[in-house]
Amino acid sequence: MDQMTLTATTFARDLSSRPAAQVHNQAMHQMLAPFPVAYFMGAFVTDLVYWRMPDVMWERFSVWLITAGLVMAALVVITALIDLAFRGHRPVWVRALGYLLAVLLSIFNVFVHSRDGYTAVVPTGLALSAAVFVILLLTSSMGWALTDRPRAGAGK
Amino acid sequence: MSYSLMCTNLPRLAGVIVAVAGLGLAGCDDTGGDPKVQIGAHPALPALQQYLLPPIQIATPVPWGNDVPQVAAGLQVRALAKGFEHPRSLYVLPNGDVLVVESNGPKAPIFRPKDLITGWVQWFAGAKAKDANRITLLRDSRGDGNPEERTVFLDHLNSPFGVALVGHELYVADTDAIVRYPYEDGQTSITAKGTKLTELPGGPIDHHWTKALLASRDGSKLYVGVGSNSNIGENGIEAEHERAAIWEVDIATGAHRIYASGVRNPTGLQWEPSTGELWAIANERDEIGPDLVPDYLTSVQDGGFYGWPYSYYGQHLDPRIEPQRPELVARAIVPDYALSSHVAPLGLTMYTGNQLPEIYRGGAFVSEHGSWDRTPLNGYKVVFVPFNGGKPSGHAQDVVTGFLDASNHARGRPVGLAVDRSGALLIADDVGNTVWRVSSAPQPFPKPAT
Repeated sequence: MDQMTLTATTFARDLSSRPAAQVHNQAMHQMLAPFPVAYFMGAFVTDLVYWRMPDVMWERFSVWLITAGLVMAALVVITALIDLAFRGHRPVWVRALGYLLAVLLSIFNVFVHSRDGYTAVVPTGLALSAAVFVILLLTSSMGWALTDRPRAGAGK
Repeated sequence: MSYSLMCTNLPRLAGVIVAVAGLGLAGCDDTGGDPKVQIGAHPALPALQQYLLPPIQIATPVPWGNDVPQVAAGLQVRALAKGFEHPRSLYVLPNGDVLVVESNGPKAPIFRPKDLITGWVQWFAGAKAKDANRITLLRDSRGDGNPEERTVFLDHLNSPFGVALVGHELYVADTDAIVRYPYEDGQTSITAKGTKLTELPGGPIDHHWTKALLASRDGSKLYVGVGSNSNIGENGIEAEHERAAIWEVDIATGAHRIYASGVRNPTGLQWEPSTGELWAIANERDEIGPDLVPDYLTSVQDGGFYGWPYSYYGQHLDPRIEPQRPELVARAIVPDYALSSHVAPLGLTMYTGNQLPEIYRGGAFVSEHGSWDRTPLNGYKVVFVPFNGGKPSGHAQDVVTGFLDASNHARGRPVGLAVDRSGALLIADDVGNTVWRVSSAPQPFPKPAT
């Protein structure tokens, strides 16, 4: 009997306070945010391989990875703006700025990677990929959300 | 490193961030200097730059209408014939018939996002125009520039460019093979199936697709200009096998050897009339500045190496190639005569006729197809380089201009050159789809008898 009560109470608490509100609060962009991170970090790996073993295949992998990352980043920015504008979210400044910096550096990086020959990667492209890698490692390790909802419910 | 990464220094970086953020993808604002300092045996070579956004300035096409190009004093120009589909090179048969090779490159594969952009740029510049993949014959038996006959001479070719007649055998350099056809004097159309003499480096990449052709004087060898498969090795060095070279092909067996190498895109193969040396023009590399690297006109030495891709103008290293080849660079030959940067020479003819004024005899006409990656535009004209004793002996002079209109639209772009039986200069124009004929202007006043 005690057990039954406990289960019911737990279930009831979950229903009333967490899931519905949580889903509503969840940032739309959060589902998309990991994609550019994965692409940009992948480009750093293929850049490293190209640096040690300059076969154009690796440079082509890098530039497509960065391009794909930028396409996804555009979607992340659009959805994050929707979260900010229409869903009452506020930026999580450290993560949002870190993410934005990584995207801006990657815009440079895709141009550097579009050069012909070895200098498409070494040294500038590789350095940019490394910087993006470090920035994303630092910011994304804290979580994916670039915006969140102020905890208005806590005061009610 | 000795090269300057001009566009990645910090103030500029900040500037470009703003530009990119504002979608004004202007990149670096680097304007080319005076091309005159890059013409001749000792061109000024600035430090090389690398770009975030390589500059692109294309001349979008506009029709000629009733206009014609401008010519130097003492000359006149008119259309020999119009209505071609991308006429790219010319060849004059011994009976005076003019062959017009209507050709364009095969479809380029997409390896990088950049290749998509390049495709659009070329489309805007009219470089993707439909080509006929055929050779048209013009017969002007009166020799007055009014051809009375026009026939399809050879059809269903594969991006042809070079043509050479040896006896009764006509050799056509498609982009992937030299094909031999039987030819009888006076023939206006060849329907016989050709036989392949040798394969040439073709697709699937085929970056520089034109294959220039020149027969040796004794008719035993063919010299073939085979361009590189990239700007600067970005398709991998293995894609450059036997490219960026001038081949010597044995007519009897089809066997070949590399006559000269390290020439990025050699075309316009010609025999210099006084020495009998082989000469060529070459398109040099892009994306290291508006004034690098000057395109050139040079004698071609047997076994010579001219730098590409490792270096340019002798021992100026290109950092975009890794690993380098110091032993090759050490023996890289400096070309004879720079034409200035990005002019894109694609036609050369050594003038041995006597129809044009005296000053043109024994020198070289060079057609400059025109730049697409330089501000201000450069080329878009036909120049004359005087020769003396088998070497260029003076500054290049403009002979045919006006391919660009006042607002930098391209009414035409000169490509292949030839001299017709009467001694007039013929110019293929692959944007204006015209063949122009330049001859001596009639004397305005008859000279008084002395």
